[in-house]
Amino acid sequence: MASEEMEQLVRREYKDGFITDIESDTLPPGLDENTIAFISKKKGEPEWMLEWRLDAYRQWLKMEAPSWAHLDYPPIDYQSISYFSAPKRPEDRPQSLDEVDPKLLETYEKLGIPLHERAALAGVAVDAVFDSVSVATTFKKQLGEAGVIFCSISEAIRDYPELIKQYLGTVVPVADNYFAALNSAVFTDGSFVFVPEGVTCPMELSTYFRINAANTGQFERTLIICESRAQVSYLEGCTAPMRDENQLHAAVVELVALDDAYIKYSTVQNWYPGDENGVGGIYNFVTKRGDCRGDRSRISWTQVETGSAITWKYPSCVLRGKDSIGEFYSVAVTNGRQQADTGTKMIHIGEGTRSYIVAKGISAGRSDQSYRGLVKIGPRAKGARNFTQCDSLLIGDKCGAHTFPYQEIGNSTATIEHEATTSKIGEDQLFYCQSRGISEEDAVSMIVNGFCKDVFQELPMEFAVEAEALLNVTLEGAVG
Amino acid sequence: MLQVNDLHVTVEGNEILKGLTLTINAGEVHAIMGPNGAGKSTLSAVIAGKDGYEVTQGTITFEGKDVLEMEIEERAQAGLLLGFQYPVEIPGVKNIYLLKSALNAQRVARGEGEMPAPEFMKLVKEKLGFMKMDASFLQRAVNEGFSGGEKKRNEILQMLVLQPKLAMLDEIDSGLDIDAMKVVADGVNSMRAEDRAILLVTHYQRLLDYIVPDQVHVLVDGRIVKTGDAELAKQLEANGYEGIEESVA
Repeated sequence: MASEEMEQLVRREYKDGFITDIESDTLPPGLDENTIAFISKKKGEPEWMLEWRLDAYRQWLKMEAPSWAHLDYPPIDYQSISYFSAPKRPEDRPQSLDEVDPKLLETYEKLGIPLHERAALAGVAVDAVFDSVSVATTFKKQLGEAGVIFCSISEAIRDYPELIKQYLGTVVPVADNYFAALNSAVFTDGSFVFVPEGVTCPMELSTYFRINAANTGQFERTLIICESRAQVSYLEGCTAPMRDENQLHAAVVELVALDDAYIKYSTVQNWYPGDENGVGGIYNFVTKRGDCRGDRSRISWTQVETGSAITWKYPSCVLRGKDSIGEFYSVAVTNGRQQADTGTKMIHIGEGTRSYIVAKGISAGRSDQSYRGLVKIGPRAKGARNFTQCDSLLIGDKCGAHTFPYQEIGNSTATIEHEATTSKIGEDQLFYCQSRGISEEDAVSMIVNGFCKDVFQELPMEFAVEAEALLNVTLEGAVG
Repeated sequence: MLQVNDLHVTVEGNEILKGLTLTINAGEVHAIMGPNGAGKSTLSAVIAGKDGYEVTQGTITFEGKDVLEMEIEERAQAGLLLGFQYPVEIPGVKNIYLLKSALNAQRVARGEGEMPAPEFMKLVKEKLGFMKMDASFLQRAVNEGFSGGEKKRNEILQMLVLQPKLAMLDEIDSGLDIDAMKVVADGVNSMRAEDRAILLVTHYQRLLDYIVPDQVHVLVDGRIVKTGDAELAKQLEANGYEGIEESVA
């Protein structure tokens, strides 16, 4: 009761303070405590949330950007970024598809995105925005009956403060790393999923259905909790390229799996990669971590990364529960001048924990890609096992692929296997397919898809189809 | 059907073929024999369009069309097929998928449209049985983990499904035991037809006991130095290439 009263008090407080700001929907560039207070207020957050943000900000100020990654980019000026931008007003958006970059539309078509969704993705101000409201409502009802909560993180902070207080920042602490700290201070949106004990979420949850994805800010925060014996499959990321002016994208994703819970998290990331000369594009600095907190819990990351100018991303699992399982399946594709430093961390703490890593990197054009993986076996993780396989495929002779595997083994009962291969897309393979009558473009796509098959088969069906299409679009013109 | 005229081919600055002339008519089986390094494999690779081979002089025409002007896949679509000495592995791509893509790419290019799936499966199963191959072959990745003999059978299987007008089989007998050789030879013989030709590139006469050629050409140092019938192959087996080289010199 007491906490509910607190709740109400807090709410009243923000309501009162909220009335005056009308005009300023977008903050001018710059970051200080006022910026954070503004964001928190705009989001209608309680006082404790603001404190949490400010704490993160103060710690961030004392931190330095990591420089260990195999990436090359100019220093980011954090004061030149605007940290809050409301969705564009209808009159500022393109008024019809005719005003949208034809190249973008062509890509949508190749990806097989239905016509009525293309306009929404391109940010066109149409009234009939594929009826996202009713779609969301239908799902909400069905989910509600199952007891599943699926909403934006902002709503969750307002409506489920106890869950937020209990779990937020417990997997990725506010000062975990430079970008996570920044995100903790300024995050503006993201998803919240809560699946109660014993419930298997009746449908695959996807941000695809949340149309606000087209206008989300650079700093998303996602939190997914599965109680004992609960299960969820979550799909993230719109598969269409979003040509945003945003330069920096620093998201944090936290997953918590209690006893016997299973979380499957799939990502298809295709942010704008910049042009052929490396101008523009998204800097994608993302912290994703799953906590297998309960015994026999399982967290599985599947990612297909084809976009962004720079990718810095290591979806990880902390295997705390006895016999818990962590999995990481990844396809990363870089073309043009893209750079990616990506991989995973598997931290084995509990007894009998197992982890499985399959990472496939494809580099084309003048891109540069690194796999960076840590397998850490703690002293109590008796009988822990890891299997790692990372394969790199090079297309052309101007790209690069690197592998940085780290292993820290804290006890002698662990079993660790590591396999790595680097191959050039065989001219022999191409010639073989072509000499059977298959065009060069189809041959490349066939060979690359074959290379990625182990990972694609982990993706939910429709996603796998889109991932393949995306791969073909990304690698268009990579050969010859 | 195939006309090769005064063909000169250079690989990395070395002239491998030095004025090769060859005519293959529909309905014929030709065998090209010769010592290592004579340019046997180069000939079939150039006709198929492999990169890295520079034609400095001469022409190749197939059914009146200039082969050297065609893309690799266009040559295949026109009915040329190269059976590889060392077929490559393509991990993750199922045999059946490659077969289907290849057949349909060729059919579409010829304006025939894709073959309906049931018809395709029927065709493949029939050919598979002919090659004494298990259906599990189809689900395996292209040549991945195949034994030498399995790879060669797979090449013949592709030929049987694709039904080329001219099949060029490069050392299709190497690495085969006698049973496998018979199966492969049966596959090749089943392709013999009035409107089709076969070009065998081989080291040994042994294969020609099973596939009896109409013409045998001896290729030495980039040129065809002697042409005869199946008997010529037997002489070669008895006397070796040196005898031929001397008689030419």
